[in-house]
Amino acid sequence: MTNATSTRPPATQHRAASAGPGKAPGAKREIRALSGLAHVSLVVWALATAGPLIWVVLASFKSNTEIFLGQPFALPQHFSFATYVNAWDEAHVGRYFLNSVFVVLVSTAGTMLFGSMAAYVLARYRFFGNRFIYYMFVSGLAFPTFMALVPLFFILKGFGLINTFTGLILVYIAYSLPFTVFFLAAFFKTLPNEIAEAATMDGASHTRQFFQIMLPMARSGLVSITIFNIVGQWNQYLLPVAIMQGQGADSKWVLTQGIANISVSAGYHAEWSTLFAALTLAILPMIVMYAIFQRQIQSGLTAGAVK
Amino acid sequence: MRHGRYPFIIGFLAVPVALYVTFVVAAYIQTFQLSLTSWSGLGPIKYIGLDNFTKLWHDNLFWSSLRHNLVLLILLPLITILIALVFAFLLNVGGGARGGVQRGVWGSKFYRVIFFFPQLLALAIVAVIFGRVFSSDESGLLNGLLPGEPVLWLADQRFALACILAVLVWQAVGFYVVLFSAGMGSIPNEIYEAAALDGATRITLFFRVTVPLLWSTIQVAWVYLGIAAFDAFALVNIMSVDRGGPDGATSVISLMIYRNAFDYSQAGYASALGVVLFFLTLTFAALTLRVTRRDAVEM
Repeated sequence: MTNATSTRPPATQHRAASAGPGKAPGAKREIRALSGLAHVSLVVWALATAGPLIWVVLASFKSNTEIFLGQPFALPQHFSFATYVNAWDEAHVGRYFLNSVFVVLVSTAGTMLFGSMAAYVLARYRFFGNRFIYYMFVSGLAFPTFMALVPLFFILKGFGLINTFTGLILVYIAYSLPFTVFFLAAFFKTLPNEIAEAATMDGASHTRQFFQIMLPMARSGLVSITIFNIVGQWNQYLLPVAIMQGQGADSKWVLTQGIANISVSAGYHAEWSTLFAALTLAILPMIVMYAIFQRQIQSGLTAGAVK
Repeated sequence: MRHGRYPFIIGFLAVPVALYVTFVVAAYIQTFQLSLTSWSGLGPIKYIGLDNFTKLWHDNLFWSSLRHNLVLLILLPLITILIALVFAFLLNVGGGARGGVQRGVWGSKFYRVIFFFPQLLALAIVAVIFGRVFSSDESGLLNGLLPGEPVLWLADQRFALACILAVLVWQAVGFYVVLFSAGMGSIPNEIYEAAALDGATRITLFFRVTVPLLWSTIQVAWVYLGIAAFDAFALVNIMSVDRGGPDGATSVISLMIYRNAFDYSQAGYASALGVVLFFLTLTFAALTLRVTRRDAVEM
């Protein structure tokens, strides 16, 4: 909004102020000037972060002429949701959105189920080949996905899974397993042995122990890694672009792919406001989700890196 | 409860291992095999030895793509970690000590929430947004804000790669602020207290206390950002003029792999690029581990 322009003057003022005390060191003044600079840098970065997003929302209500006026943070002349209806229906954002929701729901569920099963067995049972399988999973963390892109495409083609949700979901699960197994194996190892032993005495089967005792005890780890997988799979672009192609693929595109495509074709039709509406539709749910689960999301996404 | 152990283990591992081996392990291995062929993606597979690699050696686009990847590999972690470290320090320690506890500057919580948000957006969505931000006419956010003639940004060879880098940094900083904040949270307060008693300024605190104690987290950050720098596919594919342009100024290896595989039907050549990428990643990982090896500070 208007803030974006108003931050510049204070920035230069503070810089000028900090030049003085640097020559004549006085602890108090130095600290005050530093704090000033610190605050300015934080405000500037906050504006740089929020600015483009606010601009997108504003532009989604503007007409093409208004967008080209060169006043990015001016308010639109009138608010109308016509661009949103356009984006949802004619540009198919609604369909892409639902495709994304469906794929991510199924594949995250699958990732969590299979990932925790593998991690549990690898973390708590000794058997021949345990280490080998564990390192096979973990080594997947080290290499970029698109290195394997070409063969992956032909493997899927061999199974007839190109341009199918099944193919995309299976691939999402497979490529999410390394981190999920790595993280959850470490987590299952920390769970106490006594309870599992007690359950064994009571005659609970291995499977029952897993579902009724271990999974509930591992809840905090499961929540973190579920968030991690949901965000990661929702944001995938490379895999859907490589897999969802061919005849009639556009009806199965996921959100990232669909919107990227609108941006390309908007160049020819010059329907920029539809593109901005589509972007807003993609951003808004994230803002809402973030507002509600902010703490869990931050810890969920960073948990993997810290441990 | 000894019986049923092996059926249970096999039952639990069968599906995940099968999925993983089919779609990940097999794919990685086949990359090496396909790199030795002239396969187009259809028809019989013909082995041509190392011809693909000879062709790569003479491919100018390959060398410029590699150079762009290396520029990103050095600058992305450097800039992101620097900014994130300073911000994390300000948000956690920068407010000085009050009642014996180090605090962040005023509004820390708010900044942490705002900065982190871009991390939640798909890089593809971010790319579409910034494609418009950097638009070369008045409709772009930057050209709309700046006075004077519109700058070409992405259409200008001098700026295009820098624009891509800026977006990567824009998206990443918040995540590393939170990551480093978590690391700083585990630094005992007494260390800061003792240093402050000895008359350390905040700048000294930053360089002598925070950075050394955070070294292992910084190392992790470096590796993560390095992997991100090898990618950049979504940004270049969506944002750049002409996919990798202008005139190859933003092309990266991931984009070359994709275009050779799916636009030019050169599956063999694309796989050779994949193999090169494999060795680059290995080298990068080995180098990072060696360069950043440092005695961990005991706390």
